[in-house]
Amino acid sequence: MCRRLVLALLLLLAPAAAAAQDGDAGRVPLPTIVKGKGEACVADTDYMRRNHMTELDHQRDETMHRGVRTRKFSLKECVACHATPAATGGYASINAPGQFCRSCHDYAAVTIDCFQCHAARPGEADTKRAGAFSRTAGELRQESEVQ
Amino acid sequence: MRRTTYREITGQYVGFYGLMAGLGVLILLSLAAAWHMEHQGHHVTGMTNQIVWGMPHVLAIFLIVAASGALNVASLGTVFGRTWYKPLGRLSGLLALALLVGGLAVLVLDLGRADRILVAMTTYNFKSIFAWNIYLYTGFMAVVVVYLWVQMERRMNRFAPAAGLVAMIWRLVLTTGTGSIFGFLIARQAYDAAVLAPLFIAMSLSLGLASFNLTLAAICRGTGLELGDGLVSRLGRLMGVLAAVVLYFTAVQHLTNLYAAEHAGVERFILLEGGVFTALFWVGQVLLGGLVPIALVFTLPAGRALGRVVLASILVFLGGIAQIYVIVIGGQAYPLVLFPGKEVQSSFFDGVVMSYVPSWPEITLGVGGFAMAAAIVMVGLRSLRFLPESLADAALDPHHRAAPTVAEEKAPA
Amino acid sequence: MTGRTPQQGFDPRRRRFLSAAAAAAGVTLAPGVTFYGVTAAGSAAARAPEDPVTSSVRWGLLVDVNKCREGCNACVTACVEENGLRGNGRPETDAQWIRKVELRDPSTGAKRSLPLMCQHCASPPCVDVCPTGASFKRADGIVLVDKHICIGCRYCMLACPYKARSFIHEVVEDQKPYAPRGKGTVESCTFCVHRVDEGRTPACVEACAEAGGDAMTFGDLNDPDSRISKQVAAYVTDQIRPDLGLDPGVRYRNL
Repeated sequence: MCRRLVLALLLLLAPAAAAAQDGDAGRVPLPTIVKGKGEACVADTDYMRRNHMTELDHQRDETMHRGVRTRKFSLKECVACHATPAATGGYASINAPGQFCRSCHDYAAVTIDCFQCHAARPGEADTKRAGAFSRTAGELRQESEVQ
Repeated sequence: MRRTTYREITGQYVGFYGLMAGLGVLILLSLAAAWHMEHQGHHVTGMTNQIVWGMPHVLAIFLIVAASGALNVASLGTVFGRTWYKPLGRLSGLLALALLVGGLAVLVLDLGRADRILVAMTTYNFKSIFAWNIYLYTGFMAVVVVYLWVQMERRMNRFAPAAGLVAMIWRLVLTTGTGSIFGFLIARQAYDAAVLAPLFIAMSLSLGLASFNLTLAAICRGTGLELGDGLVSRLGRLMGVLAAVVLYFTAVQHLTNLYAAEHAGVERFILLEGGVFTALFWVGQVLLGGLVPIALVFTLPAGRALGRVVLASILVFLGGIAQIYVIVIGGQAYPLVLFPGKEVQSSFFDGVVMSYVPSWPEITLGVGGFAMAAAIVMVGLRSLRFLPESLADAALDPHHRAAPTVAEEKAPA
Repeated sequence: MTGRTPQQGFDPRRRRFLSAAAAAAGVTLAPGVTFYGVTAAGSAAARAPEDPVTSSVRWGLLVDVNKCREGCNACVTACVEENGLRGNGRPETDAQWIRKVELRDPSTGAKRSLPLMCQHCASPPCVDVCPTGASFKRADGIVLVDKHICIGCRYCMLACPYKARSFIHEVVEDQKPYAPRGKGTVESCTFCVHRVDEGRTPACVEACAEAGGDAMTFGDLNDPDSRISKQVAAYVTDQIRPDLGLDPGVRYRNL
């Protein structure tokens, strides 16, 4: 029974596995990264992948205790930029399976505590200015020139 | 000096493992209750925004307070050098440890965010008596472990009096801290009183000894360990004295409040018009938990003390739960006085005496703490040498004669 | 170095001057339109997002009980809407950040109606008792719960003399992005800190004005030129349970 289930699962995953390298067959599928609005994230992707939790943690204390409301590493802005419109109207929860946060966290097997309290959907005011804090292509070019 | 021989409990497989299985079921049920409360949120309990602490806190506070008092017997042996109690020092330490673990488990499992126990252990606000208590409790465990070690390791025996003194001072501070959780609350009419600290110390001594007596009686019955009538009478009478001290501090607490017109309302509530709280206070705590057991232990029939002492211990034990219930729940049920002299009304139950009905998950969780304590004691008794070979009077006191006269009984041991 | 916070280069006096100048300009250019907003929000209107709050500001609220109507619930409704406090139809466990309290003097029969919320004490007992420091007071006097480190022990609820706090008894969904709240933690009125940081007034104050009550004045108690400071200087006002010595930031007039 159990073996049959695994086989069925493998069959379902076959197209994905075929797309990936041969050795990856049967492994957890790679996360689907939903692209945010704007041209680039507030920091390099590599940096954000490794350090977003540290930055969010730091920002949360700054905002909560000192009233600092910069938007660069604000969770609200992450949600506003990376949430995708839902088929039923409005926005999908960024914490739903397959969505920006969950997709990667499921892959890495790390639970997300944020959305037990924080809204996982952008507010109206936030979506209007979403992407406003991402960098433009010009800024990106400037940065690479500096480096 | 005579040496006491200690042993583990052996044999009695059916009884031992049967009891352990029963306790295991209770512990599992309490974990299930905690999971239910965590998963659903606390609305499945009887606790509300008005009665914020409920049955888990009543039972957890009982366990913690009793843990401190369970060490009485060890203190009497090592600090005060009473030979009668010396062979029981190890059991006393084990019980103190077990009760504290049980109490803390209940307290932690009731938290709204029990998953953040690491936060509670790493982030401190040192102005909070609650934060201090976290140190007092964990420190108490460490102190008792060391105390047990110096008692059980012969080469370390000479340090037992010192360790015993540290443990005794520590537990007095610990119960002061527990009482101060309520004593420091300026907001509530029923709390905000310095006398709560000594009251809690007295409660710990009395409830802890009652718990010890019941544990000892159960062990002796289960293992066939001989239990001398002289020892039982001493333990019983000591508990009677301590129960009287609790009544004394309770009287001081209420008389002080009665004298201040400001507190007349809350006193009338607890002492006269509080329904279940008034009944629990007068019948549960004062009569059945105080006067009756005191009368029982001071009229012990020579040679047949055990039955009465056990009955008195059960009464003190239950009376203690009633007392903590009245303090914790009754104190919250009485409304906060925001506008003295005015009648108030709101959607948030201002000016309303709140009713509280403990729910099954809460009770199950609290009972689980007792089961956990009992299981720890049983595992301890089976794995290490906590119990003396004999607790017969002749084995405890070389000067003991079979039937002591009344005059001798009255003299200090 | 005097008067400057070195790392931020923030000078409260200069800010106050600038905001006063802005207020003056506003009054001159568009009287009646900007006057209320600027003075109500006081100097924080000028605070940049990257600047931390400082103790040069102390936020306060003045309630004129004479103007508060019995049966009017505008402030409560606005609070529920603003902060997403949808209840579950269980009044004993649902959160209430602000409530209307009806008072009656039994000897004279005189009646009073007033809103009651977190009083944002200068010496808050909830902050003193919190074991983890989750309950804290911001430099500008707003008392908050840091839900990231709240363990849900509810000791602060026992300690609060105003019964201002609620424990979240059930799972919360669809929170407002600016008002995070979740099961198992304690919460209370935040003075709508997200609005205050933007230079706006709390939702209840705005709703009260819109409902024609105008019973609530919000502002900086440290700024002698703010509307609230002038009022508390001109009239006798009361704090609730002043005997406790907590110095609440919420004051009542004509109580």
